[in-house]
Parts: sequence; C-alpha cells; structure tokens
Amino acid sequence: MTTWVFAEESEGAPTPGSLELVSKAATMGPVTVFYVGTGSPESFATLGGYGATTVHHLDTGDALPAAPASAALAGLLTGTDASVVLFGMGNTDRDVAGMLAARMGAPLVANALDVSTDGAVTVTSEINGGSLGITTEVTGSGPAIVITRPKAFVAESTGGGAPEVHTVGVPDTGHAGDATITERHVEASEGPDLEAAAVIVSGGRGLGAEDKFAMMDELAGLLGGAVGGTRAVVDAGWVPYSYQIGQTGKTVKPDVYIAVGVSGAMQHLVGMKGSSTIIAINKDPDAPIFAVADLGIVGDLHNVVPQLIDALSAR
Amino acid sequence: MNIAVCVKQIPDPATPYELDSENHWVVRPNDQVLDDTDRVGIEVGLQLAEESEGTVTLFSMSPSGNLQGIRQALAMGANSAVLIDDEALKGSDALTTAKVLSAAISEGEYDLVIAGTESSDGFTGVVPQMMSEILDMPCLSFARKVEAADGAVTIERQTASGYEVVSTSMPAVLAVTNGAVVPRYPTFKGIMQAKSKPVTVKTAADLGIENASDQKVTSVDVVASRAAGDIVEDDGEAYIKIVEMLEQVKVI
Repeated sequence: MTTWVFAEESEGAPTPGSLELVSKAATMGPVTVFYVGTGSPESFATLGGYGATTVHHLDTGDALPAAPASAALAGLLTGTDASVVLFGMGNTDRDVAGMLAARMGAPLVANALDVSTDGAVTVTSEINGGSLGITTEVTGSGPAIVITRPKAFVAESTGGGAPEVHTVGVPDTGHAGDATITERHVEASEGPDLEAAAVIVSGGRGLGAEDKFAMMDELAGLLGGAVGGTRAVVDAGWVPYSYQIGQTGKTVKPDVYIAVGVSGAMQHLVGMKGSSTIIAINKDPDAPIFAVADLGIVGDLHNVVPQLIDALSAR
Repeated sequence: MNIAVCVKQIPDPATPYELDSENHWVVRPNDQVLDDTDRVGIEVGLQLAEESEGTVTLFSMSPSGNLQGIRQALAMGANSAVLIDDEALKGSDALTTAKVLSAAISEGEYDLVIAGTESSDGFTGVVPQMMSEILDMPCLSFARKVEAADGAVTIERQTASGYEVVSTSMPAVLAVTNGAVVPRYPTFKGIMQAKSKPVTVKTAADLGIENASDQKVTSVDVVASRAAGDIVEDDGEAYIKIVEMLEQVKVI
C-alpha cells in the first residue's frame, strides 16, 4: 500500500515539514507526494532524496490552493491503494486536508504524533495540552487523512533518485475555487531561526506592552537564541505570526526555553513542552506554565529580566 | 448582509476535561460555556451585519444543557440561534459536525458563514474547511483581517512567513484568527435580551444526517508529566538561579 504525502513549497523548495512527512512515509512503504507550488527539477530531486518515488505536481498560481488542490488530490486518490495521506499543520495543509476529507467522505485525524499502517491504520496523538495520549483506530475503505504535528518525525535522506513526476492540471471547482491571492507579504523575523535555535526566549501577555519585546531581543541576543511568542501576543499584533509557538504555530524543542510572562495555556504547551530545559518567569504562582518548568520564578518579570540581562552582560 | 456564525459550547477550560471510560468522549456538563475564541467570529459577524443592517444567526451542535454558552453568544448581540442537540450525535467526528452545521445553515440563505480557526477543547481545526466543501463555497481561512462589501470579501490570511491578501465573491466561509477583531463585552441590556431571543433546537433526523464515523478512540493513557521543577518566589535575587541553571546546562 502506498502512503501519500501532501507537500508544500516555500522559497522554491519543499518545506522542512514536508520532508519530515516524506521520511516518515518512506518507513511505511512506497511514497507518492502531492506537491503544490511552482515546482522545479531540484525540488523534485529533493523529494526523491527523502524517499518519494512518484510526485504529482500542481501549480495553482494565484488561486488559493484549498479548493483546486483538494479536488485534484481527491481525483488522484480515487481508485488507488493509498492507505494514508499525511499532512502537516501548515495553513494550506489544513485547508486541503479538511476539504479533501469532506469531498471523499474520508476519516480525518488531527494532531498526530505517530501513525501506523500495520493492519488497521492507527494514529497516536496527545490531547488536553499533552497530558493525555490517545490511540485512534481508523476503519473504512478509503484512505485515512492524518494531520501531523510539526517535528513528530525526523527528516532523513534515503539517497533515493529522482522520482517520476506527473504534472496535474488545475481542476475547475466552480464557486468554491473562486478565491484569489492578490498580494503576498513577508513579515520576516530577525535573528536565528526559531525552529533550529538552541535557546528560545518567549514572551507572553504578561510583558504588558509591545515595546517590552525589546527586552526579549536583548536577552535572546546575549544567549545566542531566538525570540518567540504566544498566540495572545501575536493576536495582539505585538509580533508577527512567524513568532508564534503552539498549537497553531511552531513546535519547538530547544535545549533551553525561557518563558517570560507566559501563562501556559494548553495550546501553547503543545508547542514547547518538548524543550529539554524550561525556565519560566511569571507573577502568578498558579500559572500552568510552572507545571512544566524545571525552574520557575514567581515574581515580576520587569524586575527579574533586567537583572538577568545585567548579569549576563557583565560576564 | 445575513451572516451565520458557528459557535461551540465547551466544558469550562479552567477545569481539566474528563473523558468517559467507555467511549473516551469528552464529558459535557450541563453548564458548558461559550468557547472564548468564538467571540471573535461573533464580533466579525456583528460588525459586518451592523454595517449592512443584516442579521447574525448562531449555529451550534452540542448538548443544550442550560444553554449558558449560547446565551453568552446571544448577549453579544446575535439575533437568534439554531442548536442541533441529539443524543445520536454524541462523539461525532469533525466531518459529521461539519455535515450537521452545513445542513442547518443550508435551510437559510447567508452571505457569509463565519467560524473560529479551531475549538479550544478539540483543536481539530478543519470544520470550517469541511463546511466550505459541503456548502460549495470558497474557504477563506486564518483570516486576521476581514472586509466585506458589494458581494465580495477580502481578508488578510496568515501564512508561515507573513500574510496574503485573498479575495472572493460571496457566499463564502470565513475562519478567523483570534487577532481579527477585539470582541465586545455584552452589555447589561444585551444579557437581559439574550434570555428571550429565539433558540431553535433541531435533531440530526430533522436534518437528515446520520452519525457514521470511521474512527474510534481505542485507548487513552496519561502521558508521563515532566519531573517537578524548582519553583521559587523572587526575593530580589532569583535571577541568580536562572544564571546557575544556564551554566548547568552549558548555555553560558
């Protein structure tokens, strides 16, 4: 049975998350990739190098991919031996996965940490902020659609050669496909990449104001780390979405995670509780973040952080 | 503009939720509350309806209980609510939920169907997309800013590296982020009026939907929690503890 992977393009190459999924799929048998983006021989070769044997390539141009990609993918999957279609947590992944499941009447499981096709398709995931692990068994004749958490799997090259590539035409999806991207804007974050950083300094609502993020930048700079934030501060417009750590955002596993003014909502914990060492500063002794902290300081961050910055600067 | 807003009653997030031992479904108490993230969708709907002298109708699938969550949503200013409450829908998956909500919405005519990005109890995050497929409408998801006029809707759609501007003609499904607008607080008058606003309760059979799921939770296990850490009250020198820990893990 073939495992299918939905892969997206970023800056002209498959996203790192896509390669994690291809690597996982390669451990389960033959891999077919459905690739949405401009596409290039180099991109296809990369997918092959991680284990893809076949690539179906769709370029939706300025159309929002959700409807045309899900319709094209449904068409390709119908009548195949696909057991599972793996998706990441990206915004387009979630659009296409949801529409595909509705179109095919296929079961969908989200927030997966692992998937197995030995016998029945089984999916393991965690709920309630990662405090409960659940196993879901999927039945039915069609493929199971599985949305996986970032970093659930490790991208590993298989040394595979160039895959067979098929170009897919953009299907007519009528009114549902009538959504056009008219502008694209990049709100780049400065400094080291959040997902690769060894140290992350993360700010929450407790900072009190947007300009307090300067303090986060300074602390991260002293530690060679990256700056992240909670959903609340992104929604408040203090920092761009690329900073967001949690359920709808990045999953990070740094050596050290310093949570400053972060309460520790369930949707935040799932994105950072895999960090090796967690340090939290919060004035509320009952903040849930302290339940996962190796070191928790109950106090005013506006005192503690400047003191910490001074101490580190003096070294 | 007539707007449908999907909302969810969830167990109070301040208390850890329970799963029933037989089916591993979330135990839903009588006094569920409005999912806080739904307030954003309601606010977007209210603003658009107010500009155009339209209406906001709430759609929700859940055990009615004492309707606390629905009344909270009505108190913000929505005109009426349609609730699908059926024992047969217990434990339904995202697709069944999307089918039920879509069927109920299809009984009326709406220019926009608005939902949040994901619920705060399930976090599946695909119901709006499924509804768009079922309703044959474009799905404008992860919308952090919304403008609608003259039969068209334009959003800023959050992306991994920034945002896109996306436009479509109505009707459309919108899934908004928590940053889209700041929800209003219900007024005293709103809270009083909410008590007498119309709430229609329907069953799955009324809508011709069966709860047929191809998935089943087979086991639930408590995940080993992290070893208890060292929690200290700042006495003015707690930062030294942080420096020591950073040294210990060789970051400095």
